[in-house]
Amino acid sequence: MDAHNPIENSPHPDIALNSSSRKSNSSSQSKASSRASIREGDSALQTFSVESFRNSGSKPMRYGSRGAGSEGLNMSQKEIKDEDSRFIYINDPDKTNERFEFAGNSIRTGKYTILTFLPRNLFEQFHRVAYIYFLVIAVLNQLPQLAVFGRGASIMPLAFVLLVTAVKDAYEDWRRHQSDQIENNRVASVLVNGQFQPKKWKDIRVGEIIKISSDDTLPCDMVLLSTSDPTGVAYVHTINLDGESNLKTRYAKQETLSKMPQKEGIRGLIKVELPNRNIYGFQANMEIDGKRVSLGPSNIVLRGCELKNTAWAIGIVVYAGRETKVMLNNSGAPSKRSRLETYMNREIILLSLFLIALCTVVSSCAGVWLLRHRDELDYLPYYRRKDFSESEEENYNYYGVGMEIFFTFLMSVIVFQIMIPISLYISMELVRVGQAYFMIQDTRLYDEASDMRFQCRALNINEDLGQVKYVFSDKTGTLTENKMEFQCASIWGVDYSGGKVALPGESVGCSVEVDGQVLRPKMKVKADPELQQLLHSGKETKEGKHAHDFFLALAACNTVVPLLVDTSNPALRLIDYQGESPDEQALVYAAATYGFMLIERTSGHIVIDVQGERQRFDVLGMHEFDSDRKRMSVILGFPNKSVKVFVKGADTSMFSITDRSLNLNVIRSTETHLHTYSSMGLRTLVIGMRELSASEFEQWQSSYERASNALMGRASILRGVADSVENNIRILGASGIEDKLQEGVPQAIESLRQAGIKVWVLTGDKQETAISIGYSSRLLTREMTQIIINNNSKESCRKSLEDANAMSKNHAAVSAGTQSTERGSGSSKTLLALIIDGTSLVYILDTELEELLFQLASECSVVLCCRVAPLQKAGIISLIKNRTDDMTLAIGDGANDVSMIQMADVGIGISGQEGRQAVMASDFAMGQFRFLVPLLMVHGHWNFQRMSYMILYNFYRNAVFVLILFWYVLYTAFTLTTAITEWSSVLYSIIYTSLPTIVVGILDKDLSRRTLLKYPQLYGVGQRQESYNLQLFWLTMMDTLWQSFVIFFVPFFAYRRSTIDGSSIGDLWTLAVVILVNIHLAMDVLRWTWITHAAIWGSIVATFISVIIIDAIPQLPNYWAIFHVGKTGSFWLCLLAILVAAILPRFVVKVFSQYLRPCDVQIAREAEKFRNQREFVSVGVEMNPILDPPQEMRR
Amino acid sequence: MNTNLCFCYSDSKFTQQELPACKPILTPQWVISAFMLVSFVFIPIGVASLLASRDVVEIIYQYETECIPAPMRGDKLKFIQSTENKTCNRKLIVPKLMKQPIYVYYQLDNFFQNHRRYVKSRSDVQLQDPKNENDTSSCDPEDLSNGSPIVPCGLIAWSLFNDTYSFSRNNQNLTVNKRGISWKSDRDSKFGDNVFPKNFQNGTIKGGASLDTTIPLSEQEDLIVWMRTAALPTFRKLYGKIEVDLQANEVIDVTLQNNYNTYSFDGKKKLVLSTTSWLGGKNNFLGIAYLTVGGLCFFLAMAFAVIYLVKPRRLGDPSYLSWNKNPAGH
Repeated sequence: MDAHNPIENSPHPDIALNSSSRKSNSSSQSKASSRASIREGDSALQTFSVESFRNSGSKPMRYGSRGAGSEGLNMSQKEIKDEDSRFIYINDPDKTNERFEFAGNSIRTGKYTILTFLPRNLFEQFHRVAYIYFLVIAVLNQLPQLAVFGRGASIMPLAFVLLVTAVKDAYEDWRRHQSDQIENNRVASVLVNGQFQPKKWKDIRVGEIIKISSDDTLPCDMVLLSTSDPTGVAYVHTINLDGESNLKTRYAKQETLSKMPQKEGIRGLIKVELPNRNIYGFQANMEIDGKRVSLGPSNIVLRGCELKNTAWAIGIVVYAGRETKVMLNNSGAPSKRSRLETYMNREIILLSLFLIALCTVVSSCAGVWLLRHRDELDYLPYYRRKDFSESEEENYNYYGVGMEIFFTFLMSVIVFQIMIPISLYISMELVRVGQAYFMIQDTRLYDEASDMRFQCRALNINEDLGQVKYVFSDKTGTLTENKMEFQCASIWGVDYSGGKVALPGESVGCSVEVDGQVLRPKMKVKADPELQQLLHSGKETKEGKHAHDFFLALAACNTVVPLLVDTSNPALRLIDYQGESPDEQALVYAAATYGFMLIERTSGHIVIDVQGERQRFDVLGMHEFDSDRKRMSVILGFPNKSVKVFVKGADTSMFSITDRSLNLNVIRSTETHLHTYSSMGLRTLVIGMRELSASEFEQWQSSYERASNALMGRASILRGVADSVENNIRILGASGIEDKLQEGVPQAIESLRQAGIKVWVLTGDKQETAISIGYSSRLLTREMTQIIINNNSKESCRKSLEDANAMSKNHAAVSAGTQSTERGSGSSKTLLALIIDGTSLVYILDTELEELLFQLASECSVVLCCRVAPLQKAGIISLIKNRTDDMTLAIGDGANDVSMIQMADVGIGISGQEGRQAVMASDFAMGQFRFLVPLLMVHGHWNFQRMSYMILYNFYRNAVFVLILFWYVLYTAFTLTTAITEWSSVLYSIIYTSLPTIVVGILDKDLSRRTLLKYPQLYGVGQRQESYNLQLFWLTMMDTLWQSFVIFFVPFFAYRRSTIDGSSIGDLWTLAVVILVNIHLAMDVLRWTWITHAAIWGSIVATFISVIIIDAIPQLPNYWAIFHVGKTGSFWLCLLAILVAAILPRFVVKVFSQYLRPCDVQIAREAEKFRNQREFVSVGVEMNPILDPPQEMRR
Repeated sequence: MNTNLCFCYSDSKFTQQELPACKPILTPQWVISAFMLVSFVFIPIGVASLLASRDVVEIIYQYETECIPAPMRGDKLKFIQSTENKTCNRKLIVPKLMKQPIYVYYQLDNFFQNHRRYVKSRSDVQLQDPKNENDTSSCDPEDLSNGSPIVPCGLIAWSLFNDTYSFSRNNQNLTVNKRGISWKSDRDSKFGDNVFPKNFQNGTIKGGASLDTTIPLSEQEDLIVWMRTAALPTFRKLYGKIEVDLQANEVIDVTLQNNYNTYSFDGKKKLVLSTTSWLGGKNNFLGIAYLTVGGLCFFLAMAFAVIYLVKPRRLGDPSYLSWNKNPAGH
């Protein structure tokens, strides 16, 4: 962009230009809250700049949406304390790094080196309680007195798990090292001895000066010194940093702009704050040439950004390597723990108590036994306390009854260790990876438009998706596309909203020719022919003039930067309007369509092609948007030397500064149009203007200058200045911008509602817009009773809440009455919708009124919160979270949703137009709101069902084994002999039974996707925790008790007083328990694929093979036992009797409850199987009548 | 766990979780047939088991008290540790025809052969190969005798049962075949044919039988049988086989050598003569269990059929869905 492009055919307004260039230099400081950059210098250079970097003000309709913004202002006024800062000597890295060794620029994302791998990896792995449990048990087992298992058998499971994890970690780390290598060896040009020389990234040090060329990636965080642009502007692409695709503007300071480091050298000191993670905040002072300049976030460019549209930029390294903001932000996804896991831990505590009880029983019985036999122990052939082989008879391996009891206790802990299903934790992780794999792979969660697949960022809350009760949704960008489209305008009291059809020939009207090249806006907007006609022909009429001013305001009063993009056709270039706010972009595109094409924006002027005629306007000043004023204004110097101020803003703020004496009719009709627009769901802006007289201008100019140079409270002074000029505005008209609903949103919301999920919409938009979007998205229906709370004081809030509560109770009573009288006739009670605004919430949240609001909200089926700030969004979620146990889910797309996403139990990020902030903070990310339905109804349901079954099954599986061991111990004089071989004990939960439960946990489906989507009500299974609760746990445990009883006592009685040896009966027990638990699983499997078959029957076969192998080792006492016992008929009869008798109660309960009291899932499954045609019809009728009038109207 | 999962994208039936699958549903027909099937299988098995068990003829003779001369019964322990003659003659009457082979067992009660200290006290490698005779570390406290290893070491071998029985009928000796009473696999692979007993039972206190040092372990079948430790504290061990039929009401003269000391822990000793069936010894438990389960399943099948007839439910009828029953449900 060249600021000195000569502008033809308009006399150069010298005076105006000069004054503007002098006075407007500080317009950037006026930027509302988030700007910390201050330009103290009052040089004669043109320093007006176009602000398009993100701050809270730049989006007119989204005030308060940037959380990072508000601190900036305070910081700029504060001194940085020395101890909180670091000193950087410009171009003197040696001195800079002399006192403190700042981090070098080489990065290491790898966690380990070869030397540290083993200790560190082990250390990290042992952070898991499960592994410590393993370890303690294994260590206990090494004590000779306690050695229950052999060394190998006791260590193997732990070693196996550790090894697998270590190999996985090592591989991942190796990959990270590889990418670090590539990154570190990239080359940048660094100033060394007065010359820019290539240097590897890893060798760059803090304090060095770096030159970056266009399209280069920044190697570190640096403060800009100068750029190819004479005004010191540099544009950067921050997509790697925050995912935003638009260009951001950064500035070099006046004081350093002219210095050429390679020639004259540059000396100075920069005092910067300590490295921190805030990518939107930066605070520093620069002392240069004896002057003190303060630096803010607009003066720093960060590692990972790309320089664009700027030939070169020179900067000084302030943070390098791991201290750069991007690296500091490079942290993993937030870790949450799933609700199910919390419940599971409760049951695990129960199991531990159970384990302790078992061990206590065993050890106390052992103590009693020892006491009763204490006189016989010396000679007891199977005890032989005394060792007679020595000359002195001494006790052999006996330490007194007390110690024996203690040892027995510890030994029983070792033997019964798998009562705590440690393998469950590992299985759960594997299952979650599998579930995540299927969620990611699901084509129904794949957004083709943005090529965005589902992302699972948090791996440990998959099953929470099946229990959600509240969905908190952002509106813009989440329910809507956040692709703004100019729809209609009301100019001077006339509504132009007829232009619904874009004629193909019209594109001629919106392109211009410059130097033989045709320029055309990138996006076309449908134009109203009537309005176009008016602009073309009626230049002299009053309406024409107003329309002219209106579009001039649209084209000028913004912070949009036009970028010229080459196309394949050399004669054609497209204009891409880059701006922070989609609303502004939409307005500029609209203006271009109507013939007011913004072609160039530089520091001091803009060039607009007005109806084919190029005009240059001087930007004398700009008051950026802030959330208090809710408007922005620009002061333009016209070619004819008149000065006009154009204002645009929210209706409320605009009408308050309107000159009511003029054209009351226009104002009234504009208001009516505004109302119409916003009830159509359009986002509205009001545009006004005023001509400034010379004296007014002078006055404004001087106060503006004064304000800009003020040291304290600059922002508020500037606001005052803005107020002084933004008054007595003549309303030109209003614009209506459509924010299109995303595809499938109404259906999705309907499904969510049927699933019993309460949908709350939290939006920054104003009430009318929110309500109309509510209608079009079927959140609100005409039958609903709306409760609107819109108050300005605590008392009035309290009153309206109490009234509303009384009313809702009334409602509930009435509908309960009708329900009881006309039960079954299909009448539904009147639904309530609560609409509350941010101002009221200020008085309600964090006060005792919260409780009232909660009561009210829980009565309402829909809650709409409008005009809420980001922190309020989180506050509303915590309101629910603190009072109920219900699972909350937040879904949003913007940085303003981050707090809400992190607060909710499940946070979902939509990767849309607003960058990746929300995605980075989320647990799951996807492309479209409507994916929420398959995600929750299908995957959430499956995940929850699978996981809860798996947990219960694992409890059962391990407990049944432990109980068998326990029963046997009762017949071995309480000495913890196991008939089951130690290898089988160890392999039981690793090889014999682990695979089927993992496979079932990943693959089993209770219902098909189609059924689940057809009956969203089935989602209630997860909300009510029907497949996992304490009652089920106890039932499972009773069943476990019975099954272990059968397994143990059938052989016990069948082989009583026989020649059976321990190994043979042990093999029988091993096979019986393994087959039984697999059959038990098989009985509950709902969908048999070949993988399930392979896993279950394969496990049984694998068990047989393992037992055979173990019994084929002559060095073990159990040699050949399985072959001997397998030849006898009683073995197989026992096995058959065990299986049938053990499974029988469960089977009977299952069959009878399924038949007599079928749950919804069961009925739906039967329907699925028998393809009941009738229901297809009835459901179709049920769902159709809900149509969508507002949407129809707008399309 | 790594949070950045990257999988190759594909649109197969597997990734969409639409693999062909069987979805079994427990329909009443299915359930009733399953119950019926179980009862039809189980009841015959139960009957057969009971019949088999009934056909087994068993003679059990408990002798640990009776074989002590009446005056000595006050202090049995003293008697058993004395060197007095412990021979004991008794007569047993055969209740029914016993077809050969008739198995001779001894049964010990209250003897914890599965006690942890006991089962661990053996060295399997030592039994297998003479090279490993010094491997007695697991055999405490019966590992060494005067510094040299005991073969076979350990408490199990040390406590080898040493009562003997001989039988005669009409003053004609009944041969008890003591060959082949142990597992063939044990004789072949577990007990070496070149491993001979050493230093066995020459400690201060004898636990039981002594072994002939000229016979290899693989042929010491009593030891091999004894070393297969019993699963439960009441157990039988095979003593030998009588390979002639015994007629009903025949009188068998038994000569017992009551050597084994079970008196220190109140253990009972029984001599058992028993025939076998295809199911093993005399035990009604399996038969009863099968009949019970089979009968129960028959009853359940009937009960379910009645329910099915009295209260039929059309499977998959959506009117049973909770929200269809109660319109205000959602």
